[in-house]
Amino acid sequence: MSERADVSQPSRVFSPAARRSGIWAKRMSATGRLLLHAVLLITGFLTILPFLWMLSTSLKSEGTVFIYPPKWIPDPIVWENYLEAWTFLPMGQAYVNSLKIGLIVTAGSLFTSTLAGYTFAKLQFPGRNVLFVLLLATMMIPGQVTLVPSYILYSYIGWIDTHLPLIVPPALGGAFGVFLMRQYYMTIPADLEDAARIDGCNPWQTYLRIMVPLSGPPVSALAIFTFMGSWNDFLGPLVFLNSQVKFTVPLMIASFQGLYSTNWSLLMAAASIALIPVLIIYISAQRYFIQGITLTGMKA
Amino acid sequence: MASLLQRRRLPRDTWWAYLFLSPVLLGAFVFVLAPAIATLFISFTEWQMGSAPSWIGVENYRKEFNEPLFWRALRNTAYYTVGIIPLNMAVSLLLALALNAPIRYRVFYRTVFFMPVVTSVVAVALVWSWLYNPDFGVINLLLARIGIQGPGWLTSQQWAMPSVIIMSVWHGMGYNMVIFLAGLQGIPVHLYEAAKIDGANWWSEFRHITLPMLSPTTFFILIISIIGSFQVFGQIYMMTRGGPANATHVLVLRIFNLAFRFFHMGQAAALAWVLFVIIMAVTLIQFRYSRWVHYE
Repeated sequence: MSERADVSQPSRVFSPAARRSGIWAKRMSATGRLLLHAVLLITGFLTILPFLWMLSTSLKSEGTVFIYPPKWIPDPIVWENYLEAWTFLPMGQAYVNSLKIGLIVTAGSLFTSTLAGYTFAKLQFPGRNVLFVLLLATMMIPGQVTLVPSYILYSYIGWIDTHLPLIVPPALGGAFGVFLMRQYYMTIPADLEDAARIDGCNPWQTYLRIMVPLSGPPVSALAIFTFMGSWNDFLGPLVFLNSQVKFTVPLMIASFQGLYSTNWSLLMAAASIALIPVLIIYISAQRYFIQGITLTGMKA
Repeated sequence: MASLLQRRRLPRDTWWAYLFLSPVLLGAFVFVLAPAIATLFISFTEWQMGSAPSWIGVENYRKEFNEPLFWRALRNTAYYTVGIIPLNMAVSLLLALALNAPIRYRVFYRTVFFMPVVTSVVAVALVWSWLYNPDFGVINLLLARIGIQGPGWLTSQQWAMPSVIIMSVWHGMGYNMVIFLAGLQGIPVHLYEAAKIDGANWWSEFRHITLPMLSPTTFFILIISIIGSFQVFGQIYMMTRGGPANATHVLVLRIFNLAFRFFHMGQAAALAWVLFVIIMAVTLIQFRYSRWVHYE
């Protein structure tokens, strides 16, 4: 185990030691490296091409969109598309809604998942294994299976066309987060826990003073993961929301499509409004996003 | 009861533990387990929202299995899965191998390839609808440059599903790439060193060390990718709504339409349960035939 790269410390994933080893070790000639760079550059360009084309179209006037051959740099540059896309539908409101839902869900599920993860990892109680397996089993139930009864339940308790169906269930924490945190807490030495307990801490105090301060890497991973899931969710908002002022960003984008089916410059402006902030946040914090996937992916 | 308690004293943390687990267990029970079981009951009823449900036995299942569109959706979902899984695995493994090479700017490349993963599938599906535009989309314009007359993509019955698959590979490849990359970094170095002493070449190292040692990662990716591909919805809803002529009509779209356009709750529940059984069966079969997975 000691020789495996420790994925729980993603900084080591690209450490010099790792770079010098493995299947490629000292085998790459200068030509090989150059060739690889060329392939990666072309692939990379193709990967971001959709975003570039989106930006380019979003700044074109309705007429110049259909000019052949197409120009990458719009002439004239029509910034007004953004203004129109922003004001035509309540896009600002959609941002506020998505942000509110995402933040509550993330805060809630971090609390409930760490608490439950700690409980499964460190506390002794009857039924521990049965409950854990049962919880893991819920991970295998796809969301579509629960959709119809959830809809019926929410319409009886008046949750349809509110944000509650998008907030409450995920904020109570999912099996995935509990599993991730449990796996992490299992690696924390029992001595720490024992010392706290001998000092008279009850389980709640131990959780708060020992476990929470030590949960750094997986918690930030889980936070990003949870927030992204909530932010990008589409089926939930599509089914549970009706009024436009309550729409989330993806749902608002979908309704844009219905309204401007062929005005591509406005549609691309709307898509840019939805995507650019996300991409900026991602690029400035890409390490944490990728750590999140590495951790959550590998441990599952 | 009293004697039971005397015989086996509960561990001192028991009540704390139940208290700590209560939010998660409540959520799992009320919002996952109970609805999943309720789906089964609803699937045996005729239930138009607003009226009382009436028990009709297996009628919904019978109706669904006699519905050509169900079989079409099943075939399309299978088509999507069979199309995307090998493509996505190959692309993401190749990218991971390339980014595992001793070259510079790997963080930059990684950032680029992972970029689509963080985006909302709805927003990028809208962008891709424009890229796929038969007359003015950038894909056909670029193809025209090299003398190829591009197909109608999303408007062509033949090309609509491949178009959705290509877009989905683009959207998901970065995720699997990062997981593969972590798997590659986790292969013990001494295995390669030993192979080098034995004079193994690149291919035999790849074949006999990398692939077997990576197999748990591959297996994990395979399991979650197949589960995910059976649930494909957002990009199809945005790009084709199941068209043209049902060429991209998939199971989750049919569940959505049945429940929320036609309000046949019973039939939608039956189909949801069928989807669940299919996903479980496919997953179990993979575990059953997982002898190729090499655990240390």
